[in-house]
Amino acid sequence: MKYVLLFCGTPEDAAAFEALTPEALRQRYGEVGRWFQEHAAKILYSDQLQPPTTATTVRHAWAGGEPVVTDGPFMEAKEGIGGYASIEVADLDEALRMARTWPGRGTVEIRPAVAR
Amino acid sequence: MRILDDFSAAEEIVQDALLIALEQWPRAGIPDSPRAWLQTVARRRAIDRVRREARYREKLAELDRPILQQPDNRLELIFLCCHPALAPEAQIALTLRAVCGMTTREIASAFLVSESTVAQRILRARKKIGAAGIPYALPRADELDGRLGQVLAVLYLLFNEGYLTSGGASADRRDVVQDAAWLAALLTSLFPLEPEPMGLLALMRLHMARASARFDAAGELVLLRDQDRRRWDQRAIGEAIALISRAAALHRPGPYQLQAAIAACHAEASAWQTTDWPQILILYDLLMRHGPSPVVRLNRAVALRHVVSAEAALSEVQTLAAELDGYHLFHAIYADLLVEVGQHELARAAELRALTLTHNPAEQSLLRRRMVS
Repeated sequence: MKYVLLFCGTPEDAAAFEALTPEALRQRYGEVGRWFQEHAAKILYSDQLQPPTTATTVRHAWAGGEPVVTDGPFMEAKEGIGGYASIEVADLDEALRMARTWPGRGTVEIRPAVAR
Repeated sequence: MRILDDFSAAEEIVQDALLIALEQWPRAGIPDSPRAWLQTVARRRAIDRVRREARYREKLAELDRPILQQPDNRLELIFLCCHPALAPEAQIALTLRAVCGMTTREIASAFLVSESTVAQRILRARKKIGAAGIPYALPRADELDGRLGQVLAVLYLLFNEGYLTSGGASADRRDVVQDAAWLAALLTSLFPLEPEPMGLLALMRLHMARASARFDAAGELVLLRDQDRRRWDQRAIGEAIALISRAAALHRPGPYQLQAAIAACHAEASAWQTTDWPQILILYDLLMRHGPSPVVRLNRAVALRHVVSAEAALSEVQTLAAELDGYHLFHAIYADLLVEVGQHELARAAELRALTLTHNPAEQSLLRRRMVS
């Protein structure tokens, strides 16, 4: 089954990240790098995303017509998406195992992809 | 030696590599770098051996914590219904429906919600299971503790719901308490070497042993301190305590074993006045190590009141005010302590708050009676 792991964070998570010393930052990236290596066989694709402030949103109304382009992320929520990994694993428990060991802190959402 | 931890294994591997060399080199010729060749072979065999040993150790671990499977996959079903990816109300509804065979109507009446609510919860849960790929399988050995704890939590929730609403039971309502206890017993038979299911079962049985003293002739709730202990089922209490000992012999303490031990302290006291409160306080301190939840701290404060003083208990309880503001028992206990230290105005306010927070008619009646006296 295919899932997307969405790596999210609140403004507090972002602040805590900014406050990391260069040494701690290096260590964090090291942990994350190792996590990606460990699960390489299951990860189809992944990207780290630039912060939500760099987002642009295109909103399509159900009534149709010209879509509206705005600055900023689509979500009103405080959490922002910092990255994602598209994975292929046997079931949700395997996806959970990966998400549980994610060293990047914050919140990981596991969304099943629509089967094609 | 870097791959293998033990020297004798390393020696064996080197010998293996030499034996292979003795076999192959006469035929294939001596390699350009015999030393490098030997090292490569030895390294490969070491890795193989580690892999085989890891699988062997996994198998051994399984023997240490045997899970006896039901021929009808009931255990897989329980783990599926109690999967953490499902909402708690859904876990309960699904467990009662799929494992206990309750109808949606019976579930609805047990939890005081509409039938359509129950039907919806079950339907959504089934959809989530399919869409999100929740597996129908036993958890891995290294995940067993967490998943088993999850199942036990569902069973305890079930039990508590049934236990509290049983006061207003109608003739044709299925006894949720019996189902929860049956499931707990099933788990102990399927996990013969797991102490926590035993702890939960003992806890449930101790509560049930006091069932006939919980309500008076008029159907009103009777507090533990006022219960007629002659009406307690001593045989059931004895069995529960034996179960706690069996669990303790496995040397893996846990929250349900501790809660059972606390309930056993109450069950063993011939009267409220002879309750071993110091022992109960020690047990709560141990329970705190497994998770200092505000409810545990609240119950510990009750023990503190008997071991130290009402004032000491009061200051502890006051620290919980924010977290437990929505919990009716917090306000009831708070009121009790306030009365003891003579703060009757505040006590009354707390009692009123408690009253607004519980929907159980027997509890409401109890609170009202206390306010009058």
